[in-house]
Amino acid sequence: MPFVWIVEISHMTALAATQDSPLRPVANALHGHQNIALWLLLGPPLAWFVVFYLLPLFALLGQSVLTFDEFSMTVTNELSFDNFRTIITEPVNFDIFWRTFSMGVAVTIACTILGYPLAYYMARYAGGRTKGLMYVGVMLPMWASYIVKAYAWTVILSKEGVANWLVGGLGLTSVLDTLLAIPWIGGNTLSTSNIGRFLVFVYMWLPFMILPIQASLERIAPNLLLASGDLGATRTRTFFRVTLPLSAPGIAAGSIFTFCLTFGDYIIPTLVGPSGDFLGAVVYKYQGAVGNMPLAAALTLIPVLVVSAWLWLAKKLGAFDAL
Amino acid sequence: MRSERTHDNRAPAWLKVVVFAVLAFMQFPILMIAIYSFNIEDSAYTFPPPGYTLKWFGRILDRPDVMESIFLSLLTATLASVLAIGLGSLAALAVHRPRFRGHDALNIMFNLPIALPGIITGIALLSSLRLLKLEPGVLTIIIGHTTFCVVIVYNNVIARLRRLPASLVEASMDLGADGFTTFRRITLPGISTAVLAGGILAFALSFDEIIVTTFTAGAQRTLPLWLLNQLSKPREMPITNVVALIVIAVTTLPIIGAYRLTMGTHSTEGASK
Repeated sequence: MPFVWIVEISHMTALAATQDSPLRPVANALHGHQNIALWLLLGPPLAWFVVFYLLPLFALLGQSVLTFDEFSMTVTNELSFDNFRTIITEPVNFDIFWRTFSMGVAVTIACTILGYPLAYYMARYAGGRTKGLMYVGVMLPMWASYIVKAYAWTVILSKEGVANWLVGGLGLTSVLDTLLAIPWIGGNTLSTSNIGRFLVFVYMWLPFMILPIQASLERIAPNLLLASGDLGATRTRTFFRVTLPLSAPGIAAGSIFTFCLTFGDYIIPTLVGPSGDFLGAVVYKYQGAVGNMPLAAALTLIPVLVVSAWLWLAKKLGAFDAL
Repeated sequence: MRSERTHDNRAPAWLKVVVFAVLAFMQFPILMIAIYSFNIEDSAYTFPPPGYTLKWFGRILDRPDVMESIFLSLLTATLASVLAIGLGSLAALAVHRPRFRGHDALNIMFNLPIALPGIITGIALLSSLRLLKLEPGVLTIIIGHTTFCVVIVYNNVIARLRRLPASLVEASMDLGADGFTTFRRITLPGISTAVLAGGILAFALSFDEIIVTTFTAGAQRTLPLWLLNQLSKPREMPITNVVALIVIAVTTLPIIGAYRLTMGTHSTEGASK
C-alpha cells in the first residue's frame, strides 16, 4: 500500500513539474517575497477576525469601565471601576462564581471517569467494524443538536418523564429522594436540582472528553507497553505507570471543553436546575432584562480570566499537542 | 500491530459492561426524542407514551413558523460554512508557513471563538454591531456564525497540512514546479478532503448554534431559537419532537460523511512525529 502511494505521489509530483503555469513569473516573485505571499493568505481571515471578533472583544472590555445609572436605567460614559468593586464586594457574586466553577470541575472529573474506559476500549481493543460503530456512537450525541439534547433532558427529567419512571420501576425512588434531600446538590425534583443540572452537563460534554483521550491513547507506542510488561510490570501497574501518564495530555485537552463549555453555558442552567444562579445566566440577565451592559461586560471578564488560566494550565500539560 | 505477548488482547468483562453502559447513556436522549415524536398524545411528557402515530410528521408542513425557521437555518448555515471554508483555509495555509513572528498568537486567535464562552462572543458582537449601526438580522447571524465556523475549517486543514509530508512540496519544487503549480497539484489535492470535512462540520455547527445566535438574531428565528422558544411556550409538543428529530438528522448525517472523508488519513505514513 505505501509503495503504491509513493508511486502515485511521485507521478503527481512529476506532472506538477512538467506543467508550467502562465503565472510562473508571479509565483517566482512571490517566492522571492515570502512576506507578500504570507499577507495575501493572512489578509482576509485576519481582517475578518479583527473587525468581527477582536475589536468587539476590546469594545466589550472597554464597556466594563462605564457607569450604569440605576435611576434612569441608562449607561453613561463616566469612567469608573465601580463594576469591578461591585463584583468583588457583593458576596452573592462570589457564590455564583464558586457554584459555576465547582460545577465545571465536577463535570470535568465525571466526564473523565465515564469517558476514559470507553476511550481506552476504542484505542486498545476495538478494531474495524466495532471501532467504526463506536465512533458513530460517540459522534452522534456529540453532533446531535445542543438545544435538542437540552430539550430531550427536560423531557426525560420531568415529573412524569422517563427518569422517574425508570427509578420507580427499579424500586429506587427512596434512593433518589435521599439524594435529592442532600443540601447543595439536591432539590425538589430532578429537573430543579443540581444533580439534574450536573447530569445534563456531563451528558453534553462527555464526547468532547472521549475523543481527545482516545487520540492520545492511540499515540502511545505499543512497544512501551511491551517493554513495561517485559520488565515485569503487571497490567495494572503498566496502566498506572505508563498508559495513564502518557494519556494525560488527552485528559487536559478534553478538560478544555468540559470545563470551559460548562463555565460559559447559560442555556442549560436556565432549563435544568435551581434558578438563576449561574455565571452565564447572570451575565445574560444583566445585559438583557436589566440593561446594565457595563456590569455584564465586567462580569464576562471572569470567564475570560478563568478560561485563560485553564488554557494556560492545559497547555502546560501538553493539551495542545493532543488536539 | 498491537501484538502483546505479555498482555491479553481481550478486554476484561467489567470494562465491556462499563463501555456498553456509557454508550447506551449517550444514545438514550436521542432515542427518547425519536420515541416521543411518534407520541399520540398532544401535550404530555408521560412515559411510556399511550400510543403512536405518524401524523405529526405531516403536520409540520402546515406550520409556516417551522418552515421559515428551517429555511433560515439552512440559508445561514450554508453561507456561513462557505465563508468559513474560504477564510479558514487561507488562515491555515498562512499559519502553516515556515515559522514567523506572531505564529502562536495567530493560532490562539483563530481558536479563541471556541475556547471563550459563546455568551462573550455573542455580547461582544451585539454591542459592536450596535456601534456599527447594523440591525440584528440575517446578515448579523451569518457574521457571527462565520466567525466561530472558521475555527473548525482552520483546525481541520492545519491538522492535514501538518500530516502532509513536506518532502512532496520540496520534490515538486526541485522538479521545477512553481509555487502555484505545486499548490494546485500537490497541496490542494492533499488538503481537499480536510477542507470539505471542515466545511461540513461548520455547516452542522452553524445549523445548531444557539448562544451566539440569541444575541445576533434580532427578530429572526433560526431552528434552534424556535426550539428554545417552544420550551417556554410549547404549542403542540409532538411537533417540537419532530422538529428536534429533523435537526438531529440534518446535523449528524453530514458528520458521518465528514468522518468518512477524514478516515484513514490518521494512519498515513509519516503521520507520527
